[in-house]
Amino acid sequence: MIHSLFLVNASGDIFLEKHWKSVVSRSVCDYFFEALERATEPENVPPVIPTPHHYLINVLRHRIYFVAVIQSEVPPLFVIEFLHRVVDTFQDYFGVCTEAAIKDNVVVVYELLEEMLDNGFPLATESNILKELIKPPTILRTVVNTITGSTNVGEQLPTGQLSVVPWRRTGVKYTNNEAYFDVIEEIDAIIDKSGSTITAEIQGVIDACVKLTGMPDLTLSFMNPRLLDDVSFHPCVRFKRWEAERILSFIPPDGNFRLLSYHVSSQNLVAIPVYVKHNISFREGSSQGRFELTLGPKQTMGKAVESVLVSSQLPRGVLNANLNPSQGTYTFDPVTKLLSWDVGKINPQKLPSLKGSMSLQAGASKPDENPTINIQFKIQQLAISGLKVNRLDMYGEKYKPFKGIKYMTKAGKFQVRT
Amino acid sequence: TSAQRNRSNAQGKPRNPTLKNEDLKEMLESNKESLKLEAMKRIVGLIAKGKNASELFPAVVKNVASKNIELKKLVYVYLVRYAEEQQDLALLSISTFQRALKDPNQLIRASALRVLSSIRVPIIVPIMMLAIKEAATDLSPYVRKTAAHAIQKLYSLDPDQKEHLIEVIEKLLKDKSTLVAGSVVMAFEEVCPDRIDLIHKNYRKLCNLLVDVEEWGQVVIIHMLTRYARTQFVSPWREEGGIERTIYSFYDSEEERKVEQTRPYIMDPDHRLLLRNTKPLLQSRNTAVVMAVSQLYWHLAPKHELSIITKSLVRLLRSHREVQYVVLQNIATMSIQRKGMFEPFMKSFYVRSTDATHIKTLKLEILTNLANEANISTILREFQTYVKSQDKAFAAATIQAIGRCATNISEVTDTCLNGLVLLLSNRDETVVAESVVVIKKLLQTQPSQHSDIIKHMAKLFDNITVPMARASILWLMGEYCEHVPKIAPDVLRKMAKTFTNEEDIVKLQIVNLAAKLYLTNSKQTKLLTQYILNLGKYDQNYDIRDRTRFIRQLIVPNEKSGALSKYARRILMAPKPAPVLQSAFKDRDRFQLGTLSHTLNSQASGYLELSDWPAVAPDQSVRNVEVVEPVRLPCIFILFYFLKIMLKIESESEENSDDSNKSSSSQSEKSSSESDSEKKKKTLKNKKLQQQKPDSKDRLLLIIMTKYILIHIVLSISTQFFVNCMCSLLHLCVFLACQFDAVSWHVHVSLQASSPVFVPETSHELLHRMTGKGLSAQYRFTRQPCIYGNSMVSLQLTLSNSSDQALENIHISEKSSTGQNIHRFNAIERLEPQASVTVSMGVDFNDSTQAANFQLCTKEDEFSVSIQPAVGELLLPITMSEADFTKEQGKLMGMNESSATITMKPENVSSQSVNRKVVSVANIGVIPSSQENIYRFAGKTVSSGSLVLVSVALKDPDAVITINTEKTVIGSMLLRQFKTALTNSGP
Repeated sequence: MIHSLFLVNASGDIFLEKHWKSVVSRSVCDYFFEALERATEPENVPPVIPTPHHYLINVLRHRIYFVAVIQSEVPPLFVIEFLHRVVDTFQDYFGVCTEAAIKDNVVVVYELLEEMLDNGFPLATESNILKELIKPPTILRTVVNTITGSTNVGEQLPTGQLSVVPWRRTGVKYTNNEAYFDVIEEIDAIIDKSGSTITAEIQGVIDACVKLTGMPDLTLSFMNPRLLDDVSFHPCVRFKRWEAERILSFIPPDGNFRLLSYHVSSQNLVAIPVYVKHNISFREGSSQGRFELTLGPKQTMGKAVESVLVSSQLPRGVLNANLNPSQGTYTFDPVTKLLSWDVGKINPQKLPSLKGSMSLQAGASKPDENPTINIQFKIQQLAISGLKVNRLDMYGEKYKPFKGIKYMTKAGKFQVRT
Repeated sequence: TSAQRNRSNAQGKPRNPTLKNEDLKEMLESNKESLKLEAMKRIVGLIAKGKNASELFPAVVKNVASKNIELKKLVYVYLVRYAEEQQDLALLSISTFQRALKDPNQLIRASALRVLSSIRVPIIVPIMMLAIKEAATDLSPYVRKTAAHAIQKLYSLDPDQKEHLIEVIEKLLKDKSTLVAGSVVMAFEEVCPDRIDLIHKNYRKLCNLLVDVEEWGQVVIIHMLTRYARTQFVSPWREEGGIERTIYSFYDSEEERKVEQTRPYIMDPDHRLLLRNTKPLLQSRNTAVVMAVSQLYWHLAPKHELSIITKSLVRLLRSHREVQYVVLQNIATMSIQRKGMFEPFMKSFYVRSTDATHIKTLKLEILTNLANEANISTILREFQTYVKSQDKAFAAATIQAIGRCATNISEVTDTCLNGLVLLLSNRDETVVAESVVVIKKLLQTQPSQHSDIIKHMAKLFDNITVPMARASILWLMGEYCEHVPKIAPDVLRKMAKTFTNEEDIVKLQIVNLAAKLYLTNSKQTKLLTQYILNLGKYDQNYDIRDRTRFIRQLIVPNEKSGALSKYARRILMAPKPAPVLQSAFKDRDRFQLGTLSHTLNSQASGYLELSDWPAVAPDQSVRNVEVVEPVRLPCIFILFYFLKIMLKIESESEENSDDSNKSSSSQSEKSSSESDSEKKKKTLKNKKLQQQKPDSKDRLLLIIMTKYILIHIVLSISTQFFVNCMCSLLHLCVFLACQFDAVSWHVHVSLQASSPVFVPETSHELLHRMTGKGLSAQYRFTRQPCIYGNSMVSLQLTLSNSSDQALENIHISEKSSTGQNIHRFNAIERLEPQASVTVSMGVDFNDSTQAANFQLCTKEDEFSVSIQPAVGELLLPITMSEADFTKEQGKLMGMNESSATITMKPENVSSQSVNRKVVSVANIGVIPSSQENIYRFAGKTVSSGSLVLVSVALKDPDAVITINTEKTVIGSMLLRQFKTALTNSGP
């Protein structure tokens, strides 16, 4: 399956290599570099690249390319999914997954990669199991280890590996037993020039942070489970129970995990919480363009729209932009032509606006297309689909845990065409 | 460039590498563990950077036996990386691994095997082979999993071992652990993917385990099962025709065809099992699993069931960019054949400005595939936005897509054409060029109506610089010169001037245009043509020189040209078929979806072809797995009889046969695979000889012979019975080993589940045919471990229809009235009158004899029924050694012990009858006893797994029954039943 792995940074240097079978020369990456040079944007590198004797499958995360070398037929998603799992694990262990973090922890990285794959086939990818085998580096542990000579490497086979609940280890103990669930929904939308919605959908996830002693068995039920159209579960969720009763019943993993991701059925009309008034125009023959943008809230169920960030890729002909925001700050990068405006919170009484002029290259013709505007925002304490958790119950343990549920709505891929 | 990069890396290193390695060597040789560890960490750093650290090999390999586990692991990393280069030195470490393979800690055993099998040194192949064989029978599933991985490693190192490795694979395929399943199927796919016959017996088990296998294993198993199903089941697509082209030969009579079509298709239940058991995995968080299930449905499911995969595939589009790429490719292939699947989700494929270019093009491809009369206006409106995109490559792709829509949907051809003509005045060159090319293709379909478009293009000609576009316009001019008789010669005149500066493809088209005009309008163009042909004659490119020479001979009549020039007009001006604009994804499904080959659209090495459905299904019964039947009971007793003999002999020879016994037992295991009835006879004779002189010094031989006989008797009794008996036999052998080597083994052996000793045939009534309006149901306990769940009791249900109408949709209602967890059987679609069917189900009784109540439903009716389990059915047999038995019994005294004294009927006193009575009451295993009149039995409760130990001590004429178990209620209920069973006479 996976033969070797090369990590390549943004400037095109291989800074780590790992082989699970016999060594593959790093010159195989030349084919990757060729593709990299051909691509106009870092994202445009094709994920699967054939070479005469191997196949290269790469993913780009945190400006690092994870290039896996494959020798024969394998489902490409298998490799892609695994590489993403590797990145998630690094992030889990080191907090960030950057070149510096990987280089600083190269031994742990190597130990992890060794445990995650055997002969190129995934062996242990469950974070709970890995953490028992190789303890994440912390400052305290590093100090203790240097003094006592103990190690980060576990000596026993993690209990999870053999049990029917591989995601949870036995003997978990907490003094404060708590379980928090975050219901986070994202709105993906394309709004056309006139402000009407071309497409809009809601995707949600429930992220959990569960710190409970022993082997608790939790059930979570919703007031309106019918909203959930398509769901995917963490392996801990009992599918049969969901099918029959629409109740999430599970023995949770220890710590942070994603319990569920869902898609809200498309029959429901999606409430669009912000609107944009825009006037972006270029005149033929003139080297000036007008830029006007006003944001306002709508259908927010009385909640404030926060952390608003507007960004737009202006046409190549634009040399500079001279704009005046009514609130927040804006930046314009004359090289990448990227305009971004950090708005902050929208005050419904005084709508934020960004007005001014753009200067165009002298003599250049009027750009064909007006730029697309991407908007990010957050609304606290609101699940825009109206999804509500009904109850959370715990069985199997005697103590009374502290429970909390938080709702949030965010913009996903929210675009306004102008 | 990478060479430069590498060089710059090397230069960037501050210190002299050899010097640095010197101090690493010193650190490794010091006595301090911490220094060694530090050195190893730095060395791993070097390896990670891809630097050569091979010269440290001797210093590193010394630490392979270190006590410090992290140090040891780092040494392993190093060893695996460099062993291939330093084979001789690597051999020094082998003994350490061999020792570690026997370690009591399963993690250490597993990692030793991992490293040993990763050292690519051909000399140790035999050692690896031995280690793999041993690990494949390890008690820890984790070690067995590692063994499955090692199979592939050994195979790639030495393909000659294939036959032996297949044996190991065969053994591991039978493994019931979910941990092993994925890995062994992977090994199967790598080593012997063509040995489909190995899968038959494991097919149902794999289907049933699938949900619990780890996600990576699921992907591999699903892909393998897809291939398997295509060889074993008949096509479910037959009746629909549609995509599956049912070709009848020309002279098929009408009747035959009718017969063919009216025969209803009935899906093989195993085919259905696979589809049903993979369906929940569509909800997996792992995108590879979802894709694997989707492709399984695409290749195996009836077409009308396909729609369930749509939502899940669309959901994957929310994932990472790379995932989107692969999923979109697969959707593109699917959407060509089945528009309807994705049409409701059309908006999910709308392009966003932030998408990567390859994502955009794929989305465009899919939108084009989905276009039909109803939605084309929406799609075209969307396309208009894309044409204006700043990403010009994408805009060009959009124009092609518009062209495709225009040819596929005739209603919009004109609209599209007009739109494209407008684009000709676009400022961007690529957009214009692409438009010209597409217009050219469109015009070919209906040239006469569009002479003004051709004129318009001729006007724009001077401003168009892209060679392909210029060439296209010239071709159009030539082809339709009769529609534009005034303009075409003028264009030729302009081209004659610029001929030398044009690109090659343009030059070829100029020659072409000249020739066509010469034939249609030679008065105006004769001189121009000759001029161009002369220019072409001396061109640098030989293609152009050739073409010129050819054209000249063809069109200019002279004495040499012969008959051909007469036909010049018909050759050059022949009506040409319009090009078909079709998707690049057409026929991509010749590759299995979801594979690398599909993504690349070319066969990747190691790609396994998906076979066509067989016309006639192969034998279905190959997948049947036999259960132990009560008829076989006597042979168990024969086994025990021999066992007794053996024990007697062995206890005599105990003192001097410690080691040799171990070896003998393993030997007998090996020989078990060679089933050979002749050998059996021979050994029987030998045995007799041996028995005649039991004082013989060579008792050891006798023991071996006895074991041989045991095995061969088992083999000869029934091959179907083979599997189950092998289990019990293995337990016996292990047990024998325990007798002499109790220290190292008994811990593991103590709770081995075994197969049932006796399975009662009596079935109980669940539903009488009078109350069931013709439907009657009977159930019996199979006493097998339940495949649906570890804590379930498995039941066999026989449903029969005694009414005179067929009963439809027989199933168990979803809502169960009591708390038990019930695994329902799959709904029976139709039960014909007088027919009966047997299904299996599982019930978790939770270790109580409370009845399980549920509703048995047909299409019209609902019947409340209940299953009341006898206490003995809530148990599963286990084996353990006698020593363990007494030890466990000692732990379960006081409250946990219940006993009673009874008076035995004289006919019940024999050992056989006691055994039979006890095992018929409860599903427990017989523990070999060394005492004449004490009988021991052991089992565990199904749900909680608590031990239940039963012993019957005969003290003529009385007998004391003792039951030790934590579950006191079960204990006392059992005791009551044993009392009645043993005091009553009769069978």
